[in-house]
Amino acid sequence: MNNPDKPIDPEREKRKIKSVKRMKDIMTHYYIDAKTTDQTGKKVAWITSGGPVEPLIAMDVIPVYPENHGAMIGAAKMGVDLCEKAEEMGYSSDLCSYARADIACATVNGGPIGGLPRPDMLVCCNNICGTVLKWYEVQARYFKVPLFILDTPFNHTEYTKEAYAYVRAQLNEYIAFLETHCRKQFDFDRLAEVGRLSMAGQRLWQQVLDTAVHRPAPMSAFDAFFHLALIVTLRGTRTVVDYYTELLDEMKTRVATGIAVVPGEKYRLLWDNLPVWFRTRWLSDKFAAHAACLVADTYTSSWCGTLKYLDENDFFGSMAEGYSRVYINIGTDQMAGMVMDMVDKYSADGLVIHSNRSCKPYSLGQYDIQRIVQEKRGIPSLVIEADMTDARNFSESQIDTRIDAFMEVLKS
Amino acid sequence: MQHSKQFQDIFADPKAYARRWKEKTGGKVIGTLCSYAPEELILAGGALGFRIVGGSGSISKADAHLQSYSCSLVRGALEDALNEQLDFLGGAIFPHTCDSIQRLSDIWRMNAETGFHLDVVLPVKLNTQSARNYMAAVMRKARTDLEAVLDKIITDDDLQKAIGTYNGIRSAMKRLYTLRRDRPGTIDGSDVHAIVRASMVMDRNDFLNSLTQVVESLEQQPEPESKTGKRIFFSGGVCNLPDVYSVIESAGGTVVGDDLCTGFRGLTGLIDIGGDPMDAIADRYARRAICPAKHSGITRRGDDLVRLAKETRAQGVIFLFLKFCDPHAFDYPYLKSMLDAEGIPSLLLELEEQIPSEGQFRTRCEAFMEML
Repeated sequence: MNNPDKPIDPEREKRKIKSVKRMKDIMTHYYIDAKTTDQTGKKVAWITSGGPVEPLIAMDVIPVYPENHGAMIGAAKMGVDLCEKAEEMGYSSDLCSYARADIACATVNGGPIGGLPRPDMLVCCNNICGTVLKWYEVQARYFKVPLFILDTPFNHTEYTKEAYAYVRAQLNEYIAFLETHCRKQFDFDRLAEVGRLSMAGQRLWQQVLDTAVHRPAPMSAFDAFFHLALIVTLRGTRTVVDYYTELLDEMKTRVATGIAVVPGEKYRLLWDNLPVWFRTRWLSDKFAAHAACLVADTYTSSWCGTLKYLDENDFFGSMAEGYSRVYINIGTDQMAGMVMDMVDKYSADGLVIHSNRSCKPYSLGQYDIQRIVQEKRGIPSLVIEADMTDARNFSESQIDTRIDAFMEVLKS
Repeated sequence: MQHSKQFQDIFADPKAYARRWKEKTGGKVIGTLCSYAPEELILAGGALGFRIVGGSGSISKADAHLQSYSCSLVRGALEDALNEQLDFLGGAIFPHTCDSIQRLSDIWRMNAETGFHLDVVLPVKLNTQSARNYMAAVMRKARTDLEAVLDKIITDDDLQKAIGTYNGIRSAMKRLYTLRRDRPGTIDGSDVHAIVRASMVMDRNDFLNSLTQVVESLEQQPEPESKTGKRIFFSGGVCNLPDVYSVIESAGGTVVGDDLCTGFRGLTGLIDIGGDPMDAIADRYARRAICPAKHSGITRRGDDLVRLAKETRAQGVIFLFLKFCDPHAFDYPYLKSMLDAEGIPSLLLELEEQIPSEGQFRTRCEAFMEML
């Protein structure tokens, strides 16, 4: 919104990503659809962010993401209130802040969009953490709706044939679950089409992220945090493909015309872990003030990181491997390897590690990743102790000082 | 108590016991991080399973690898591993458990020098046929992996013997817990705790013999003077604190049962004999008392807790959780409300490995006893 008292800065206007408005419109329509199913008769499934959404799309079920909701709650700075409410309900303040915020929100229909639509079913894939299992158990008891768990065994050092067979068998159970609760037959031809769109969307998302390889980068990780919502929530739809096609065009134009997201970009940094949703703007400005751009991150690239395991000609079967081998469901040393690949690919000068109190599978092991990257790439790194949604775990003055000190090291 | 001295000694210094065992037998000691470790396979392989339930002192080296929001079990265990406190280990087995132990496995594998490293990636779901098939497949893989690192073929005969030993242990432990329930005062809570802890490190055949003797002698003892303590049930995770029992007892309570990870949880459920031993071992995992990091329906733990609290005629339940233990913390509100619905009062005590303020802990227990 324009502030009449503040003159428009043409330089700043030029750097703004124009697709943002369209993205907001898409997300608004998506939530309106999801919240008006009493008029359309569509079913709503709550699903984890790393979960297999394509079969839901193929069944015309509207997928709703408590984690995306958690991010919105965080960005709207409503996390603390809801987390405190969960603590009053008996949930420890040490638990994941997404889970706390969502569990509390379900009981009061609070938050930035007045709560999520009531689920008809829950789909939980534990490829991102064990927390979602406990969280979805809580919601299954609260809403008294069926819960399907896709159990994707962790890959410490290898991807085993036993794990493949187990997940492959569960995919059939998933289809049977959907057929039972949607009371209609599953259409595998439709899934094949959804799978093609899903993969097309993932490829485009990767291409969008890849534009930041260019120096200066046309977008930063902070932009990726925003534009990520579509590949998470509507993966498998034409909407995503169309939107990222447009976004990619805009990024290419920015590259061609030399529009940098951070004016005078000098330092290129890689971000690890989820965003600090309630301080993205502050962090973005803070780094930009040092002419530093966060050119890539390990988080948003997770939604296109398993393309190599997916097969367009057998999307259903290949989901077993694709959903099992996501970034966070692999060993810490493999993660370190991928971080170094990103350092190389995006020519990063430093690594910024968000040690996220809410996310143990993502955060435990970061100190080792930091050490490995320092040893093998010789780049400096910074650890920020924070949280994705609970602002009580963010010490602004301390982080401010640490970022300044880190940037001094980079500049020297 | 005289006959529990042997167990108390082992509990007081399990590492010394494991070192002596290794010296005496020349066998391999294998560290395990969870009650879902494939204990029967370890025994069948001629090795000694050594359960690691936390550390032995303050944390310094582990801080370079683990954030402060990791539980004391994970930090303590890593500290010991990095500090050469576990140098007697020939290897370590990490069953898949929670998010923290999952990452501990990686960090351990990359940094500790405790012999071979084996991940046994169990299913999280336990209540479907495909999960059972996977469990059996994982156990078969663990058997092959163990054969390789132990350089020994584990025969079906070895397995049948190990199953016999574990069925013996679990049956005798059930008798001990029945005694504790029906005749509280026959044995102190801290003695039961020491026995359970010894069951995690002692040569399992020796343990079975000693345990059987203890149980038989206790069963023959005349009924003790009726103990008037309030009947308390412990629910929760790893409890590395023997003092909890004396605190409860001096506050006027008697522990009559538990579902703790360092209690009865891992000692429940017998293995079927006669069929394929690997399938039988895998099947028991679905029947035994469940860890909150596993799934077997959305109210399985609550149903079990209410049933056990009633069976043990508990007047109150005390939840003992390690700080930063997510699976337990997520279950607490619903477990509490299920107990409330049955009119069973409960108290939550969150623990660090060392009681930070024993006085406060004692006061809270005393207040709870008074309320009952």
